[in-house]
Amino acid sequence: MSTLTLPTPLTTSPEPGHEERLLEVSMGPQHPSTHGVFRMNVVLDGERVVRLKPVFGYLHRNHEKIAENETYLGSMPYTDRLDYICSLTNNWGYALAVEQLAGITVPERAEYLRVITAELTRLLNHACLLGFLLQDMGASGTPLMYAFREREKILDLFEALTGARMMCNYMRFGGCRVDTPAGWLDQARKVVADFPKFLDEFEKLLVSNEILMERTQGVGVLSRELAIASAISGPMARASGLNYDIRKVDNYGIYSRFSFRVPLGSHGDVYDRYMIRFLEMRESLKILNEALRDIPAGPIIDPKSKPRGFRPKPGEHYGRIEAPKGELGFYLISDGSPNPYRYRVRPPSLINLTVLEDLCLGHNVADVVVILGSVDIVLGEVDR
Amino acid sequence: MIALMNSGAFSAENLDQIFVLAKHALLARTPGMLQPLASAIISIVPLMIVFPLLFAITTILERKGLGRMQNRYGPNRVGPFGLLQPAADGIKALIKEDVVPAAADQLVHFFAPVVFVAAAFLGYSVLPIGRNMVLVNLNAGVLFFFAVGSVVELSVFMAGWSSRSKYSLLGAMRAIAQMISYEVPLVLAAVPAIMAAGSLSTVDIVEAQAGYTGIFPHWFLFTPWGIVGFGLFLIAATAESNRSPFDLPEGESEIIAGYFIEYSGFKFALFFLAEYLGMFATSALGITLFLGGWSAPLSFLSFIPSWIWFFTKLLALIFFFIWIRGTLPRLRMDQLMGFAWKFILPMALLNVFVTGLWRFLPAGPLNSIRWAVCAAVLAAPCIVLSQSLKQKKKLLLRTYHFAE
Amino acid sequence: MIGNGILKGLTETARNFFGSYVSKDRLTTVQYPEQKIPQIEASRNFPFLVYDGADWDAGMRCVACQICEKECPPKCIFIEKSKDKKPDAVGKAQFYPARFDIDISVCMSCQICVEVCPFDAIKMDVEFDLPTDNRFSGLLLDRHKLAKSNDYYHQIHPTEASAVDAALAEERAKTAAKAAAAPPVAAAAAKPAAPATAATATSAAPQPAAASTPKPAEGDAK
Repeated sequence: MSTLTLPTPLTTSPEPGHEERLLEVSMGPQHPSTHGVFRMNVVLDGERVVRLKPVFGYLHRNHEKIAENETYLGSMPYTDRLDYICSLTNNWGYALAVEQLAGITVPERAEYLRVITAELTRLLNHACLLGFLLQDMGASGTPLMYAFREREKILDLFEALTGARMMCNYMRFGGCRVDTPAGWLDQARKVVADFPKFLDEFEKLLVSNEILMERTQGVGVLSRELAIASAISGPMARASGLNYDIRKVDNYGIYSRFSFRVPLGSHGDVYDRYMIRFLEMRESLKILNEALRDIPAGPIIDPKSKPRGFRPKPGEHYGRIEAPKGELGFYLISDGSPNPYRYRVRPPSLINLTVLEDLCLGHNVADVVVILGSVDIVLGEVDR
Repeated sequence: MIALMNSGAFSAENLDQIFVLAKHALLARTPGMLQPLASAIISIVPLMIVFPLLFAITTILERKGLGRMQNRYGPNRVGPFGLLQPAADGIKALIKEDVVPAAADQLVHFFAPVVFVAAAFLGYSVLPIGRNMVLVNLNAGVLFFFAVGSVVELSVFMAGWSSRSKYSLLGAMRAIAQMISYEVPLVLAAVPAIMAAGSLSTVDIVEAQAGYTGIFPHWFLFTPWGIVGFGLFLIAATAESNRSPFDLPEGESEIIAGYFIEYSGFKFALFFLAEYLGMFATSALGITLFLGGWSAPLSFLSFIPSWIWFFTKLLALIFFFIWIRGTLPRLRMDQLMGFAWKFILPMALLNVFVTGLWRFLPAGPLNSIRWAVCAAVLAAPCIVLSQSLKQKKKLLLRTYHFAE
Repeated sequence: MIGNGILKGLTETARNFFGSYVSKDRLTTVQYPEQKIPQIEASRNFPFLVYDGADWDAGMRCVACQICEKECPPKCIFIEKSKDKKPDAVGKAQFYPARFDIDISVCMSCQICVEVCPFDAIKMDVEFDLPTDNRFSGLLLDRHKLAKSNDYYHQIHPTEASAVDAALAEERAKTAAKAAAAPPVAAAAAKPAAPATAATATSAAPQPAAASTPKPAEGDAK
């Protein structure tokens, strides 16, 4: 393993009087581009960043402590609100952790439904992110509106299936809460069939755009070694060339049945992260086509499960999934009571944020916003 | 009634000169001593009404245009189709509390928007809006325009500096750097038109383009150096008015309004007004220099009054600005300046050279020899420069591989 | 050549601009409140209590078992049991809620109360247009405000409501069959039960009269 050299922030002034030239700006917590209530104390030398300290916690809602006083099922709606734009994958992560802790099996149809909803969520999240990345770069909302137009179709699907657009509360321990209504699968197939058109439009609008390339290529480079050392996961790690997709590594659920590839980047800059997410959307469409074609009939929840009185046997378990943002993990310690003894969320957004300073050093203020956008954070997850 | 119509009172020429005739009629009624003053006021007041009105229309056009590009309606609640939205915005700006930071330099903070608006309005004095419709026919009109336009940069810096806030300081620095970088290409892009017309007076430049060969006009746009010059002028004009993709000084998503972050209420409205007025003035100058000012595009369309043509062209340019804004993300500071100094400036200098070449080359059938030579001289360096810009930063479309 | 990608982007935007005048696909705004999106059947917002028949108080299915109160994650349900009993949706004599309040400023629409209710008494409503000018009492819905008829339930969630009705009819048939299958025991038990039910019936009679006065309040609280 090669030695890791990190860029050093300026901790002492190199020459007398230099400290006075530095400008300390607090970007946030109220800021149009920090993706939520997030604050960065940036020290600038002219336009260049010499130090950056992220300050978060403005959205801390005691999720983990509340879970200690709730039943296992009662925490499920709270997981919706972790990464609030991808509620279904949060639900799955938690359900997976509990099922692995208690040894519950999930029927076929429920597994297919989980894969379908998770991949739809991945499409949602990546479309949302691409729109916001361009909005932060000043494209005055046009790509954002196109992305959200597609998002609306998927949100309608979620509303028809789970009852709510964003706070779905759909997974249960042993399967899913409710079966698909009549015509849902056809509607889903139609949405998936229409989606590539949007991707092609987006590609034409932006992929070869010179201004975009200028602003994102070579900016915020994350080296492979630093990504490994900082436990970066998800598209950010894959853009740095790290071949780690938990769907392939753990083979949880029924992902081994679908043929999809994992795109890898080589430069690790913002452009790579953007393009990796773009390519992942195309791979998700492949998974969706296969899943929607092959979904069997059957029960959607383990017949032995019941909504009340769930007491897993004492033990601990760490369950994780490939959420759209990275590795979302839930660590549970059970002491045999209806409430967990300890409930811990491994938030991918927070872990990916720890390298923000290293990514931003030496770049301009304008790049800080773009780099933060490419890390893809949601404050609900960072702060829990 | 029919006699009136037959008498030629509503002839195309009269319609064309209707404002000039109205002014003469009014002047005839004022006493002799007051006539110079009255003449000035009668010319200035319509200008100060029409262009802010155009500003109001542009704000609603912009919001609705951007909305349509983004698959949504623009504002459509106030008035039919939302057309009274500017009135609502104006009332809102006027009744908002005027918050001035306590640490700000009060005098400079107050005067910055005033200077901005004054400088923006001054530029209109040399623009010919129709035949015989220019406020002041200076024989160094274009020079006056650029001189006054530079005062705008001063007011931007006044605003940023006096607000005593870090974001506004950042914005002001960026704005100054950007505006100075693009001032030189702007002037250089205008030089070919001056060379071709042989005079700095805007009226003379338009007159030089107002003729027709057959039905086609003599606009400077229809020459190779005119096309390139107009393109460069437009890019520099976008940068001078801080419009997307050059709106980094007011980079909304980074430093939230940059140099006018500490302004609210009416002063903010004044900044907004002045920025748009500057955009109109620069577009109008572009129309005067390259698009033939108030002359019609085809000779048989000259029955339509000249001022209508002027405003049509102005609206077309405004729509182009809105279109660009809706599509492109913004450039970063160093890229913006690199673009100005390494691409636009060399091309503008080359353009000046090519204008001279055009003048001294033999015409040949349909100007083909001139076109061929000038186009080649312009195109080759353009391609070479753009390739070198891309290569240096290694901006390439990449291919991605997949894991096994 | 520089500007190529920019030109492609410009054509894309122009296509959307002109397309928005021509095709519905490129102008996706729904002008609320003049136009409304038709309700998707499964959607949910806040809970309501179902009652059968015309009398909201007597027909309420809730038996104050307090399971939903215990299972509610943010603890937004407040129930007080009554002292007497009345027949529930399948005919058995059960307690009923003397007080059933839901604080919708706390409720997070998770639907767990609906899942755990054994009596199909609480279901999810779809009304989202609920502004009020009193942020405390306006957002604390009491039993009366929460009570909505079974016909309304059929309107908003037809498939679900039909399934629930079928299940309840089955239950009723089973209870009636059990009651008919043990006539001597039932006859002996019915005698003291009959005066009891008569007593509850008479005590139930003044309640609708008392309930009629809050009704106008319900009208303007909406």
